[in-house]
Amino acid sequence: MNFLMPDFYPAAAEIFLLAMACVILLLDLVLTQKQRWIIGLLTQATLVGCAVITIMTASGQVVLTFSNMFVDDLFADFLKLLVYFSVSVMLVYSRGYLALRGLDKGEFYLLVLFATLGMMVMISASHFLTIYLGLELLSLSLYALVALDRDSARATEAAMKYFVLGAMASGLLLYGMSMLYGATGTLEIGGVAQAIYHGVANKTVLVFGLVFVVSGLAFKLGVVPFHMWIPDVYQGAPTAVTLFIGSAPKLAAFAMTLRLLVYGLFELAEQWQLMLMMLAVLSIALGNLAAIAQSNLKRMLAYSTISHMGYMLLGLISGVAAGDRHFALNAYSSAMYYTVSYVMMSLGAFGMILLLSRAGFEAENLDDFKGLNQRSPWFAAMMGMLMFSMAGVPFFVGFFAKFSVLLAVVDTGQVWLAVVAVFFSLIGAFYYLRVVKLMYFDQAIDTAPIKANLDMRLLLSANGLAVALFGIFPQAIMSLCTFTLLRSL
Amino acid sequence: MDFKSAVFYFLATVLVLASLRVITARNPVHAALFLVLAFFSAGGIWMLLQAEFLAIVLVMVYVGAVMVLFLFVVMMLDINLERLRQGFWSYLPLGATIGLLMTLEMALVLAGRYYGLEAMPDPGASGAGVNNTKELGRLLFTDYVYPFELASVILLVAIVAAVALTKRPRKESKAQNAAAQIAVRRNDRLRIVSMPSEKE
Repeated sequence: MNFLMPDFYPAAAEIFLLAMACVILLLDLVLTQKQRWIIGLLTQATLVGCAVITIMTASGQVVLTFSNMFVDDLFADFLKLLVYFSVSVMLVYSRGYLALRGLDKGEFYLLVLFATLGMMVMISASHFLTIYLGLELLSLSLYALVALDRDSARATEAAMKYFVLGAMASGLLLYGMSMLYGATGTLEIGGVAQAIYHGVANKTVLVFGLVFVVSGLAFKLGVVPFHMWIPDVYQGAPTAVTLFIGSAPKLAAFAMTLRLLVYGLFELAEQWQLMLMMLAVLSIALGNLAAIAQSNLKRMLAYSTISHMGYMLLGLISGVAAGDRHFALNAYSSAMYYTVSYVMMSLGAFGMILLLSRAGFEAENLDDFKGLNQRSPWFAAMMGMLMFSMAGVPFFVGFFAKFSVLLAVVDTGQVWLAVVAVFFSLIGAFYYLRVVKLMYFDQAIDTAPIKANLDMRLLLSANGLAVALFGIFPQAIMSLCTFTLLRSL
Repeated sequence: MDFKSAVFYFLATVLVLASLRVITARNPVHAALFLVLAFFSAGGIWMLLQAEFLAIVLVMVYVGAVMVLFLFVVMMLDINLERLRQGFWSYLPLGATIGLLMTLEMALVLAGRYYGLEAMPDPGASGAGVNNTKELGRLLFTDYVYPFELASVILLVAIVAAVALTKRPRKESKAQNAAAQIAVRRNDRLRIVSMPSEKE
């Protein structure tokens, strides 16, 4: 009955966040309507505090604690910092939007904080149980956030679909995990990898479990054929929540995929690469083709997410070629770079919808962007840069993201796959450039002046400029991704 | 067949039949009661496996609390059964085909071979002195304390979400807000206007 007290130090950021969430929960009870701004401020302060703690506790080593259920490595620290940053940006963008719709209640901030905690748990998980619990914490908060606008029938429908399909996906993931447990006899990701390496586990059962795990992951990433929920949820949810779903959780889903497939099931890479390849090709094709037919910008961006996640998978499937593993680092860091730059672009694009929305009006249709250049040349330029970057036009961040995953694919000799990806990204360029055409060459239908807080204007401008700046200096993020993965794998 | 196996087969048969009735019963109240029976049989099987704490908790929590609440909800809601069954026959062929195929495939992979007694030997009976409840408690608060805490956070989120989604001040409510009434000031209710006096 020996039990060593776990080391709480590596998990200090999680503990701080949970404590602050409880403080905010209690404060929300006593604050009057006029003092509600304190909640928003405290939430931001919590995120900053978490960032400081994460930087202070980063040791650069792989540290396991809580009976090997929690892992703290540079990969986790880097992704957590990005999560805090994107959640914080999301909160700034959505403040005005929420206030106009009466949604800026304490519950919104609380659910966002709990979702952030779920993402942190997922990023730092080294055990099937913690991966699953982190995922549920994130998903449950998101279901509630989607339904937060209770008088909107569309939001309720979206939340219902998200909930039912999400529960099914969690079931698939759990079933797969139980099979892996049956085959290897352990729930620890490191232990699973060991058991497979030593050939203890039965291959048939492993692959059987793998199919279910990959299906569950594919649902959470939103790739074809598990994408049905994405367009409806993106369109139905309040735009601030769509912005949230479209940004930070992608980082957590990427971390979960990497921890399960690369850390745990690397020996089965040949098998899951084949499965992911089919998912990637289908997503790139369907996402880009279906986005053309959309007249709703939120829906269009939803299909664009599907195709972007397909491109990200291209990086993950190029890790091992014919048993040769020296591509792995390069391939996985390109996928990570893709996710990071996608989150940056997604924040900006949904931020623009929030900027143009006002009380009782959602600027979610493509027509609402007509003639934006006449109304605000500066923000039209920002939106133009974001769209160019998403389309993968050279020297924006999206170009280098696509370039690096395609390079990883070509390195492993799957040239046909790269050709298919480039072909569909050319088709995809059409609908991104259509937005630019609407902004610059069409007459404005909606001529209301753009009103937004100063902090939002500044941050959105910075976001747009960052897409261009990191396009000129792509090495900045790329080398960070490679470095953190190198020190953690 | 010894007594223990006989009990197991009896409980297992009841469990499978009751679970089948849960999804085939036309009356939701009957379905809920069959679920109670299913939980009870499952509790019995756990008891056979010497997991007496789990068996008792299953019966107390699920049968005693969750299912009774569920029955109340079913009785209070006016569920339109016709609408629930609508489209059942048109979806049945597709659903049944996919379900059968999946079961067949899973059976092919998992049929006994990998999970038989050779692959997973019987751990053997635990001694008389082993206290199941104590062992579970020790594990929950030592090795599994991190997931245990996370589960409690998930419950907290469920509470916050339930309150956020359902509690709303009713618009037609005429409830008095005593504090607001007491705190009211003259200026809020009364406006004094100075008007020139009118002459006849």
